[in-house]
Amino acid sequence: MTVAQANGSPGSDRPMIELQGVHKWYDKFHVLKDINLSVGSGERIVICGPSGSGKSTLIRCINRLEEHQRGRILVDGVELTSDLKNIEKVRSEVGMVFQHFNLFPHLTALENCVLAPMWVRKTPRKEAEEAAMQFLERVRIPEQAMKYPGQLSGGQQQRVAIARSLCMRPKVMLFDEPTSALDPEMIKEVLDVMVSLAESGMTMLCVTHEMGFAKTVANRVIFMDSGEIIEENEPGAFFTNPQHDRTKLFLSQILNH
Amino acid sequence: MATLQKQADLLPPVVSTGIVGWLRKNLFDTPLNAALTLLALYLLYLTVPPFLEWALLKADWSGTRSADCSRAGACWVFIEVRLNQFMYGFYPVAQQWRVNLTVALLVVLVLPLFIKRFALKRWLAALILLVYPVIAFHLLVGGSFGLVHVETSKWGGLFLTLVIAVVGMVAALPLGILLALGRRAENMPVLKALCVAFIELWRGVPLITVLFMSSVMLPFFLPEGLNFDKLLRALIGVALFEAAYMAEVVRGGLQGIPKGQYEAADALGLGYWKSTFLVTLPQALKLVIPGIVNTFIALFKDTSLVLIIGLFDLLGSIQAANSDTNWLGFSVEGYVFAACVYWVFCFGMSRYSQWLEAKLHTGHKR
Repeated sequence: MTVAQANGSPGSDRPMIELQGVHKWYDKFHVLKDINLSVGSGERIVICGPSGSGKSTLIRCINRLEEHQRGRILVDGVELTSDLKNIEKVRSEVGMVFQHFNLFPHLTALENCVLAPMWVRKTPRKEAEEAAMQFLERVRIPEQAMKYPGQLSGGQQQRVAIARSLCMRPKVMLFDEPTSALDPEMIKEVLDVMVSLAESGMTMLCVTHEMGFAKTVANRVIFMDSGEIIEENEPGAFFTNPQHDRTKLFLSQILNH
Repeated sequence: MATLQKQADLLPPVVSTGIVGWLRKNLFDTPLNAALTLLALYLLYLTVPPFLEWALLKADWSGTRSADCSRAGACWVFIEVRLNQFMYGFYPVAQQWRVNLTVALLVVLVLPLFIKRFALKRWLAALILLVYPVIAFHLLVGGSFGLVHVETSKWGGLFLTLVIAVVGMVAALPLGILLALGRRAENMPVLKALCVAFIELWRGVPLITVLFMSSVMLPFFLPEGLNFDKLLRALIGVALFEAAYMAEVVRGGLQGIPKGQYEAADALGLGYWKSTFLVTLPQALKLVIPGIVNTFIALFKDTSLVLIIGLFDLLGSIQAANSDTNWLGFSVEGYVFAACVYWVFCFGMSRYSQWLEAKLHTGHKR
C-alpha cells in the first residue's frame, strides 16, 4: 500500500527520514507496531488518527525524545542509536514545534530564538540576532521580539516557537499538534505560517487534526490507529476515497460535526 | 431597530476607598473582628510603651563604667564600651582596618551589580567569586605581603559571624546545586545513590553534632602533626551541612519545571549541561528564591552555634562580656543588641529576596 517513495525528493535520492520496522513499547504496552515510512526531502506529510494511536510518539521518535526499541530510524543518513553524539547532531537538524509551545519563560522571544544557534552552532550573538529577527519577521511578529512569552498570546507564542526552531536552519520540521492548545481565532495565524513554510520547500511532518491544512499542503496523509499505519495516500484520494473501515469511521467522526 | 452604544467606563464606588473605607472593611467589619482589633490595640498598649521607655526614654547613653548607669532603663553604655569586641572579637585593634577594608571592598564590588545597565556584570561577578576570596583571605589571615599574621582564634564578634555566614552561603549554593542535579540523575544510579546518601546523612544530623565532630572528633582520626585550623574545620562543616539543605531546595525547584521545558531544550540540540544551566536551572532557582533565602537566613542564625566549639561570634562575644564581673546584670541589653543586629541582617536578606523575585518576574504565569 505504500505510495511513498515514488513522489520522491527534489534534492537527492536519499530519503530525508527513513523508518524501517520500528517498534516501541511503554513497559508492556505496544505503542508503535512495525512502522515503515520514508520521507523525501521537501515532502510534507500529515499524520492523523484518534488519540492514543501513537502518532505523537512516532514523530517524537524521529528526534529521539522517545526511544524506539526495535527497527531503524535514519535522519538524513544518520542512524539514531543510543550514541549521544548522533542524537545531538540529529536534534540540531530537526526542528520541533510542540502542542504547548514550550518557550523558555525566563527569556524574551529574541533570546529564545538565539539560544540554540549561539550555544549549539556557536554563532556570534550579533549574527544570531540578525538571523532571528529575519525569522521573527517571517512568522510576522518582529515587534514582539523583546517581550517575554508570558506577555504573548497563544498564537504569538506558537509563532515564536516556530521561529525558534527555524533559527537552527533545520532540514526537517516536526509539528506535534501545533494548534490543539490554541483558541479558535488564533489557529489561522499559526496555520498561515505553516503554509508559507511549506511553500518554501521545507520537509515537514505534522501531527494535526486540521484537515483543511492537510488538503491544501500535504503531499501525503497518513492515518494511524493503535500503533499502526493503517492507510497512507495523497490527500485527494485519502479524503474522497478512504480504503479502510477504520479510516472511514475516523474521517466521518472528525468531518461531520 | 435598537442600536448598541458603547458605554463609558465608570469609576469604582467611593465607599470602598479611603482610610475610613479601609478601616471599616478590614478592622471593624464584624463584631468579632472589631473585638480582636481592640484586643490587639490593648496588647500593643501594654507592651510597646514600657519597652520604648526602657530602651529609649529612660536609657543611659553615655559613660564609661557600670557606675555611670542610672538603672532606670537600659544602659547602652555596656554596648558602647564593648562594641569593639562585639564587632571584631580579639582581632588586634591596630589591624582592624584590614577587616574594614575587606568588608568595604566587598560592598564596593557588589554595588555595581545592582546598576541596571552595567555592561561588565559578568566579569565583575567572576572577579567577586574568584579573585575577591583570595584577596580577602590574605587580608584577614595575613602573614604575607608584609601583613602581620592574625590567628583565627582571635577572630570574633560580628566579623566572625559574617565570615561563617558568607563562606557558608557561597559554598553551599553551588554544592547544593550539584547535589540536586546528582540526585536527579536517573541514568547514573551510583552517582545518584552517593548524592542521596550525602544529603540524607547531613540532613539527619544536628548542626551542633557536626560542629562537635569537626572540632573534637576529627583531630583523633587525623595523623599526628596534621592539624588544620579550627575555624576552617567549622567552615567546612557548616558548608557541607547547608549544602545538603540547599540541595533539597534546588531539587524542589527542578521538579517544578514542566517536562516540556526539558524536551524543548533537548529538541534544540542543547546537551545536558547547556540545557541545565541555560534553561532549567535558571527557572528552577527563580522558583525557589524564597526557599533559598529561607535557608540562608537559617544559616545566618545557626552560625551562633559555633560558640560551643569555642569560637566567639557576635552572640558568643556578647555572652562572654555578660560574665565580666565589672558589668554584671546587663545581659538583657546585650541580648537585645544581638537580636537587633541579627534582625537587621535577616530582614535585609528577606527584602532582597522579594526585590529579586519582582525583578525576575517575566509577565504572567507560563
